[in-house]
Amino acid sequence: MPILSIMILLPVVAALVLLTLPGDADERAGRARVAALATTLVELLAGLWLWAEFDPSTAAFQFAEALPLFGPYLTWSLGIDGIALMLIELSVFLMPLCILASWESVKTRVPEYMAAFLLMESLMIGTFAARDIFLFYLFFEGGLIPMFLIIGIWGGARRIYASYKFFLYTLLGSVLMLVAMLWMVGFAGSTDIGVLARTDFPKEAQFWLFLAFFASFAVKMPMWPVHTWLPDAHVEAPTAGSVILAGVLLKLGGYGFIRFSLPMFPDASAQLIWLVFGLSMVAVVYTSLVALVQHDMKKLIAYSSVAHMAFVTGGLFALNTQGLEGAMLMMLSHGLVSGALFLCVGVIYDRLHTREIGRYGGLADTMPKYALVLLFFTMASVGLPATSGFVAEFLVLLGLYQTSTWATFVLTTGIILGAAYMLWLYARVAYGKAAGEDTRAMPDLSLREVAILAPIVAATLWMGIYPKSFMAPMQPAIAEVVARLEGRELATVPTDMTLSPARPALIAPAHAAEAH
Amino acid sequence: MHPIFASIAIAGPETVLTLGSLAALMLGTFTGGGRALTVTSLFAVAILGLAGFTLLDAPAGPSVAFDGLYVADAFSAFLKVIILAAAAASVLLALPWLADHNAKGSSSARFEYPVLLLLATLGMAIMVSANDLLTLYVGLELAALPSYVLAAFHRGDDRSAEAGLKYFVLGALASGILLYGVTLVYGFAGSTQLDVIAGIVGGQQERSLGLLFGIVFILSGLAFKVSAVPFHMWTPDVYEGAPTPVAAFFAAAPKAAALGLMARVLVVAFPGQVAPDWQQIILFIAIASMVLGAVAAVAQTNIKRLLAYSSIANIGFALVGLAPGSPGGISALLFYICVYVAMTLGSFLVVLQLARADGSPVETMADFAGLSKTRPGLALAMAVFMFSLAGIPPLLGFWPKFAVFQAAINAGLLGLAIVGFVASVVAAFYYLRLIKIMYFDPPATALAPAANPVNGAMIAGLALFCSPIGMLALSPLAAATARAAAALFPA
Repeated sequence: MPILSIMILLPVVAALVLLTLPGDADERAGRARVAALATTLVELLAGLWLWAEFDPSTAAFQFAEALPLFGPYLTWSLGIDGIALMLIELSVFLMPLCILASWESVKTRVPEYMAAFLLMESLMIGTFAARDIFLFYLFFEGGLIPMFLIIGIWGGARRIYASYKFFLYTLLGSVLMLVAMLWMVGFAGSTDIGVLARTDFPKEAQFWLFLAFFASFAVKMPMWPVHTWLPDAHVEAPTAGSVILAGVLLKLGGYGFIRFSLPMFPDASAQLIWLVFGLSMVAVVYTSLVALVQHDMKKLIAYSSVAHMAFVTGGLFALNTQGLEGAMLMMLSHGLVSGALFLCVGVIYDRLHTREIGRYGGLADTMPKYALVLLFFTMASVGLPATSGFVAEFLVLLGLYQTSTWATFVLTTGIILGAAYMLWLYARVAYGKAAGEDTRAMPDLSLREVAILAPIVAATLWMGIYPKSFMAPMQPAIAEVVARLEGRELATVPTDMTLSPARPALIAPAHAAEAH
Repeated sequence: MHPIFASIAIAGPETVLTLGSLAALMLGTFTGGGRALTVTSLFAVAILGLAGFTLLDAPAGPSVAFDGLYVADAFSAFLKVIILAAAAASVLLALPWLADHNAKGSSSARFEYPVLLLLATLGMAIMVSANDLLTLYVGLELAALPSYVLAAFHRGDDRSAEAGLKYFVLGALASGILLYGVTLVYGFAGSTQLDVIAGIVGGQQERSLGLLFGIVFILSGLAFKVSAVPFHMWTPDVYEGAPTPVAAFFAAAPKAAALGLMARVLVVAFPGQVAPDWQQIILFIAIASMVLGAVAAVAQTNIKRLLAYSSIANIGFALVGLAPGSPGGISALLFYICVYVAMTLGSFLVVLQLARADGSPVETMADFAGLSKTRPGLALAMAVFMFSLAGIPPLLGFWPKFAVFQAAINAGLLGLAIVGFVASVVAAFYYLRLIKIMYFDPPATALAPAANPVNGAMIAGLALFCSPIGMLALSPLAAATARAAAALFPA
């Protein structure tokens, strides 16, 4: 059964049906909500089936399909390994929650809104499942269109500015990547990602190709200094749009690094770790400090996303097993936790219609259930043991320590700063006195909101306590990437702090030690 | 059989168009009255269809006719299909406009419209089949003269008259330059027949400066016809001033014909060691067109001027396919022409389909405000055309860009590809602006509810073609363009 094709096409078909629903505006809105939820639930079931059937012992692409549909340009070639599987799981898991989260808050043009989200889902699954490099690009870029419309139509006050910025920033990054892709395909004579990942490109070419891909992925990631579209897009997007942005779209950059940059340009990756580490270190410290002074809750979480994504890039370019595994877990964990934090903001935004931190306060008294959930996700974001954030940060730092102790040191300060801005946010929102009568009068979580947040709590705990379930399918694929990186000449970065010499042999019995 | 009859048989579409346009003129004259408009238009569409029908059993290999003046091959057949289809669409899409003016008693509603269009189409068909610099000139002038009249067709309107005059004066100047180039090439190569020129030029030991001048002059004249920078100045003014159906026609079929002509002249007559001479010219006008088309459009508020700059930029992208002078590049160029014609006709159709509540045509971009609420179907179609013109995958408009840049990169023109892609990002900005106006802004202008069903059907068909569904056409299109391009490169 072509399960991946079905998962990609089903939301598209559903979206078309939504747009042509009969009835007056209210009826259409009601039907659209139910139909969209049903579609995303079917996708979730299909995703779970995928996970159940997935063979975690191999790095090969599974559920492979290939149809030479599009002439000489590209083939409809799909297949997933463990990395793609986990990111698809994340997408299908968050999607029904997004639909539920917009159940009441979106009132205008509901069928179009739901259709845009279904298109997003289809394009995201397609991005992760594509095995043809141009098919990947098609899905990767196609996601711009629905997101542009979601931000521009249903966003906040500065939505138009934000939607333009989002679109043009990401497009500019991507066209450079396309030039590189065209060159690579001309060199290797194949559009298959698996073949390209085994092709040894000339070292000088790798350098430029790496930079071209870097332009695209760094914008998507987003890395400092090209992160500025993110806070704007987040703040102006509707709640569910923010969840999808933070939960899945930001993962496209990391996925791109691990799928393209690392295995295809291993030499350039090893030579340019100073660039990535440098940007990551700046990002962690700078965006954490910026997050500290935000008045807008969504902006604060958006900046914290940039800091967390810097952990991902740091882990990826540690170029060893622990770092890569940590980075992948970080992406999954961040998808859950920051998605949940945006949902939490959405809950109180729906009640008070402001994101000003100063307008809240004392929610621990008036909304105890809400305060509990918010506390949980605050802790998960900070990286408290037993939550997913801890496992991810720990692995990233462990892997990074073997490559650069200095980078590890700076990133670790990010954890402290992260605790500072998150806990301060929590203190201002949940403790103290309510800012006004309207704040005090806000009702606690409704059943629908509990139903949205409870599954994320469960998943976050699961990933924190037993990460092996998530790690096991990814390990063979990650091992393959690490094998490509083995023996490459690393750039000389300050790896040792004389006070505490790194002892990689003890920590990593594997190949990472030789990389020095 | 006398060779003249064999030649006439080979030039099937031209024969049909010649006789058909004369018959259409008679038909219109003798029908008379208001009915003449519809009858002549439908007759013209039938003639265009018949001309297309004669292409069906055309042999794949080149057939030379009229003593080497004319050639029919897969390349000309492919372009003729596009030209004939675009011309037929241009006749049909003008019907509501003509009928509207007829109802108002305006003198602009005349049955000569489809007749002039047929004659121009005949000129274009000759252009893409020209195997001789003189046939080229005959075709070009036959296409241009009716176009001047068409630009000024809205007789009562000053802007239309100005557009016609401007187009005529500049067009005549360009023809003169082209003709001068032809004489230079004839003087230094000793022939006007394309393949013979190639043989003579290939045999010359050193490059001749006079020949180079000839190429430059010919290219300048042709660049005017395709409205490539720096010979683009007439385009926005003519598009804005000419009646919208005429602008739609100008943006589609003549561009296909002139690009095809350019490709044939350069590739057939000046291959091999002369190629670098014209390649650097093409490189320059491609880059200049892409960049200027993208940047200048940003400040436009008039939708027709916007589409004019968009067509300048698109010509630049298409020329990227010509720059390598390789079969892959020509195939990409043909692919680009095909999709560009669909996108442009679609956008103009949407503009035509809209009218203000008082019946006056929609001109400014502000008139599109809130279209997604008042006319969701039209807004969706326009959004498809705009995203497609911007070259965002998975819409079809992305793939021709992809193809031309692939050809450029394979030929080692990496810098050209990078400049082009960056220009396409700038261009995306103004295409997005129209989408923003349609989808994000509240409705402002009251629009007339009436809409023509025939045009509506054409919009739906073209939007479907430009949507991701159109990607299913990639495979057959690629096969057809590859076969057509191969015809220019003798094995």
